Amino acid sequence: MSFVDFQNVWLAYNDELLAKGHFAVEDISLQVDEGEFIAIVGPSGCGKSTFMKLTTGLRMPSRGRITIGGQPVTGPLKISGMAFQAPSLLPWRSTLDNVLLPLEIVEPYRSSFKRKRREYEARARALLQSVGLAGYEDKFPWQLSGGMQQRASICRALIHEPKMLLLDEPFGALDAFTREELWCTLRDLHAAQRFNVILVTHDLRESVFLADTVYCMSRSPGRFVVRRDIELPRPRDLDVTYTPAFTEIVHELRGHIGAVRKSGAAIAQ
Amino acid sequence: MKITRRMERWSPLVVLAAALLLWQLVVVAFSIPEFIFPSPWQIAQDFVAYKGPLLEAAWKTFWVTMLGFALSIVVGVLLGFVIGSSRLAYTALYPLMVAFNAVPKAAVVPILVVWFGIGLGPGILTAFLISFFPITVNIATGLATLEPELEDVLRVLGARRWDVLVKVGLPRSMPYFYGSLKIAITLAFVGTVLAEMTAGDSGIGYLMQTAGSQQRMPLAFAGLVTIGAMAMAMYELFSWVEKRTTGWAHRGSQAE
Repeated sequence: MSFVDFQNVWLAYNDELLAKGHFAVEDISLQVDEGEFIAIVGPSGCGKSTFMKLTTGLRMPSRGRITIGGQPVTGPLKISGMAFQAPSLLPWRSTLDNVLLPLEIVEPYRSSFKRKRREYEARARALLQSVGLAGYEDKFPWQLSGGMQQRASICRALIHEPKMLLLDEPFGALDAFTREELWCTLRDLHAAQRFNVILVTHDLRESVFLADTVYCMSRSPGRFVVRRDIELPRPRDLDVTYTPAFTEIVHELRGHIGAVRKSGAAIAQ
Repeated sequence: MKITRRMERWSPLVVLAAALLLWQLVVVAFSIPEFIFPSPWQIAQDFVAYKGPLLEAAWKTFWVTMLGFALSIVVGVLLGFVIGSSRLAYTALYPLMVAFNAVPKAAVVPILVVWFGIGLGPGILTAFLISFFPITVNIATGLATLEPELEDVLRVLGARRWDVLVKVGLPRSMPYFYGSLKIAITLAFVGTVLAEMTAGDSGIGYLMQTAGSQQRMPLAFAGLVTIGAMAMAMYELFSWVEKRTTGWAHRGSQAE
């Protein structure tokens, strides 16, 4: 049985749009296995972020059914952690305190936070160390570089050991070298902890390098048009991105995106 | 480099001294009579001569202002909290508040006198009425401009509205809050003096009113200077507190 299960999910943002038949995403079906890393790529404004809201239970579908971990989704899902393109760390908290923030909110950590603060701090330090931020725990976010802030943001999403990590273009604002470094960081975190990852991106190389399965989405209204398994063996090294096999997959996906573009334009006319 | 830093530090005093000198020169050069426009020197002389009554009046004005100001912090923060945390409250209350703020407070003082009589009441209330609005607006703005992504991050974890407000909203609005305090404190002094002039029986405003009616301009000006000095001192105090508590919001100036 799959961990994430979308069955013919449609979402319109309000009743008015629903009545007019304007959907942000249409007829989405997908099954994700436990520990699977999926990437969703598509042109901007195609409903990728909507998909994330559905998966985390921040939005309920207008039609269709979503079950996660065998349970129908009825509200915000605490087993998920989120990170976005903007690190959105709190500037008055040190990096360590920023990472600890979710534990002050989510149960069961919330009620034991004061008592077990030491223990949680140790956990946060270990997590920060694993992404290469050892020694920066007491620095403030604005003293860190963009890449470091994003690492801290991912730590914040992972501190409560979620079963599902949702990333919305997390590396979009970084330079190419930092981005590749962070790919490896994410790859290693995933390999070590085996949580589910849903990565929304518009970088095809990123999606192919990291994911087990890549879904292409069409422009608004968002639909999945292609599902592509990435058979490249793991662990993958950055060198793999220069192999013909890799390039071929990227090229193939690029072709689909191009086709999506054209068909989108045709509908627009 | 070092010289420019030092110049920057002393520049306010230099400008002040230059302005006083110019003022003195103008008064002397055109031999303007004292009862129209007194020179700084005459003001200083009267200041020394009436030190006792002036300080007494200043003390009175000061704590009336502080009471009104304390009231406006409490009300301003609570109101800002309500308006900033609920869109309904924002839409419902904002127009009324703007309308209220636009009412000239000088017109309100006589009404307050009818209600509370001559004395402390009108002074405290005018100081409050004139100064709570900027606090409310700034707290509300700080709360209402949360990044939606961050809210999502927390809501997914089951955060209640209250959690988001306390953990993120309030700390975030602190720089706005201190900014507004600096505006509000100067306004509060305006309010107190206004009430004292229209319907007071003590305080700097009353003293100035009396001095003015007796054509003792240097004394009236000495009163003005006293208010200015008090407002400036309080402003500096809040600037200092602001820098100490919300340094993260002023890192540009800290970097040097």
